Amino acid sequence: MLEGILIGLQTALSLQNLLVVIGGCLIGTFIGMLPGLGPMSIIAIMIPVAITMGDPSAALILLAGVYYGAIFGGSTSSILLNAPGVAGTVASSFDGYPMARQGKAGKALTIAAIASFAGGTIGAILLMIFAPMLSTVALLFHSPEYFALMVVGLSAIAAFAGPGQVSKALLMTTLGLIMATVGEGALFNLPRFTGGIMDLQSGFGFITLAMAMFALPEAVFLILKPKNLGDDGGEIKDLRITRAEARAITPVIGRQSIQGFFIGVLPGAGATIASFLGYAVERNIAPKHEQDEFGKGSIKGLAAPESANNAACTGSFVPLLTLGIPGSGTTAILLGALIALNVTPGPRLMIDDPQIFWAVIMSMFIGNLVLLILNLPLIPYIAKLLAIPRNFLIPFILFFTLMGAYIGQNNATELLMLVGFGICGIALKFANYPLPPLLIGFILGGMMEDNFSRSMQLYGGVSFILERPMTLGLLIIAAGLIIVPVLRTRLAR
Amino acid sequence: MTTFKMGRRALIAATAATFAFGAPAFADGHKILDEIHFIIPGGAGGGWDGTARGTGEALTESGLVGTASYENMSGGGGGVAIGYMIENAESLEGALMVNSTPIVIRSLTGVFPHNFRDLTLVSGTIGDYAAIVVGKDSPLNNMEDLLAAYDADPSGTPFGGGSVPGGMDHLVAAMVMEASGRDALGVNYIPYDAGGTAMAALLSGEIAALSTGFSEAVDLSNAGEVKIIGVTASERVDAAPDAMTMMEQGIDTTFVNWRGFFGAPGMSEEKLTQYQSAITAMYDTPEWETVRARNGWVNIHNSGDEFRSFLEEQETVIGDLMKKLGFL
Repeated sequence: MLEGILIGLQTALSLQNLLVVIGGCLIGTFIGMLPGLGPMSIIAIMIPVAITMGDPSAALILLAGVYYGAIFGGSTSSILLNAPGVAGTVASSFDGYPMARQGKAGKALTIAAIASFAGGTIGAILLMIFAPMLSTVALLFHSPEYFALMVVGLSAIAAFAGPGQVSKALLMTTLGLIMATVGEGALFNLPRFTGGIMDLQSGFGFITLAMAMFALPEAVFLILKPKNLGDDGGEIKDLRITRAEARAITPVIGRQSIQGFFIGVLPGAGATIASFLGYAVERNIAPKHEQDEFGKGSIKGLAAPESANNAACTGSFVPLLTLGIPGSGTTAILLGALIALNVTPGPRLMIDDPQIFWAVIMSMFIGNLVLLILNLPLIPYIAKLLAIPRNFLIPFILFFTLMGAYIGQNNATELLMLVGFGICGIALKFANYPLPPLLIGFILGGMMEDNFSRSMQLYGGVSFILERPMTLGLLIIAAGLIIVPVLRTRLAR
Repeated sequence: MTTFKMGRRALIAATAATFAFGAPAFADGHKILDEIHFIIPGGAGGGWDGTARGTGEALTESGLVGTASYENMSGGGGGVAIGYMIENAESLEGALMVNSTPIVIRSLTGVFPHNFRDLTLVSGTIGDYAAIVVGKDSPLNNMEDLLAAYDADPSGTPFGGGSVPGGMDHLVAAMVMEASGRDALGVNYIPYDAGGTAMAALLSGEIAALSTGFSEAVDLSNAGEVKIIGVTASERVDAAPDAMTMMEQGIDTTFVNWRGFFGAPGMSEEKLTQYQSAITAMYDTPEWETVRARNGWVNIHNSGDEFRSFLEEQETVIGDLMKKLGFL
């Protein structure tokens, strides 16, 4: 392995490849900040560039750099504008945006940067050590386990509800689940609940819904709020993290990097589930007084999803590199690029092309480091965005929101849906209904239903719940996640 | 403030620049068309996207076409783009839409209100055969073994695929079973949301066999991860010379998942001929060979009327099967 690391370092540290990784990270970060252009689209756009470079290692290093950059950039719009562009950064807005509203945008971005760096780096270490072993673990998960994992994710919703909001949160989750049923699922060849509208055939768009439920209501609230976002205290550019804060988030980052990585290894689970579960787990194990801070600007609540989603993205390279199976849309595109470069991912990659395998892993370390170094000095400038007077900032957010919904699909109907759902979102927010559970229900609902009906079909009923110990175990954890917080509140009374 | 504004502007410029990528303008003696605008009914990075961008790359770099531009228009699983082509036919003489086998399937089910006859058929350009695949540790080694396992326990021999029931992967599995004399209705077809997750399910042992695209399976097969036990080509394919065809194993069926290009309805004869001759000329260029080899595509060229009769035949075969399966 040492030899491999050295070969990889040698390849990754050549001047050309260093420039490539820096360029890739920068492009990824900046485009990734735009909602609507997630890592998947950015990588697809960059593939022709990468392929013309000819050298497979350099091409992969470029694409990997773009990938980490995009994940990294994606959390910026979540934190500053409450406009998550990809599902994996939704959880980052739960505490990141409240921090930004409290004038701590600089600190929030710094924590996100450090948590992402740690998540990516710890993920890469785990990838280096465990990749060959983990390929078999990834295959232990069958449809019933995926179903149970989604249930765990959903049951964690109690963690996203403020005090006294549990029933409202459940109501919103149900609404999200209902919305997930619109369109053609993977299991039906006929459209459901589309009312004959062609634009609904693929269901509601995630970005449209995220913009309508998160970004638009916030923009309206800013109009009603009498002062500028950056007015409080003038510490908006302040990046400093106190020693106590550092001590508080270190174990969170450590735990979530590891947990996130292992969830990322499972094909089909990925960064979204990793970030939701990371958030929920940290909230549940936090001491009582800190628990109430979650959702109101808790640094732990920001560090957890940020480290988990980056570690999960690294984890998703395990099935790609060791089995040649893409576990997510982004890795599917990367697989296409690999094949175009005459590299066949799979168990033979480490034997046939060790320099490529190791160069990719080494580029992960370098890419993460480059991102941290490039971004820390930029944070004050990015955070200053919020110091823009409201009369300029709000139109800008609205533009950003509309563009996000349009750009991914090039379909103007998305804009109508955005406005329609936006009005619903604003109404719900005024009525004090929590909106994150709706989006989580929507994201997890589709996957949960697909895996459930597949399990039903494979086992001819629900017998899989008892026949598969891992499914049962996960479902028990899910039950615990619902019961424990309820009991805790009862006992506290 | 200023810093931020500059950043924003640079960023938008960078976005625009990346979008315009892949359309270099070369021109020499044999240019047939000045420009082509490709309409892609799905998002960036999908199979349609790769086909349009690869074809555009070969056409422009070989100098057959001056410039190519691309427009991704997702929605309705491709239906939105078809509707757009038909509604705006007059202004879309310069545009070609990429499509593939699902246009036939989805028009049959009525999911699309239109079908291929509502468009101008330009040509089918490439294709991919379908394959039935099992995991490397599976006791099954050929179609005979699989059929025996199926006969012993039909519901315990689940077939997986990356499409909805009634979608392409399901139809291929059903077509193969029907041709072997079994009842296509008995196939326990398990749908996955994408080819990748279906492949993971095969390797994990959740399903007994996988119906997938030949090109999706060939690399894993060469790596020794899976065994291709039947290909729907009429002869063995060079990329995997050991993989037996269905025909060889006494199962009389072939299937090609084609990809090709369509124009807006009412396209002028002159324009249509230009498109068709540009595409025909493309096959002889080294630039196309590079793109084709890079993507592992198989040249299956059907132009104009041949394309029409190919599609009509496919429509009949698929239509009959779907009636049998109860999807129509």
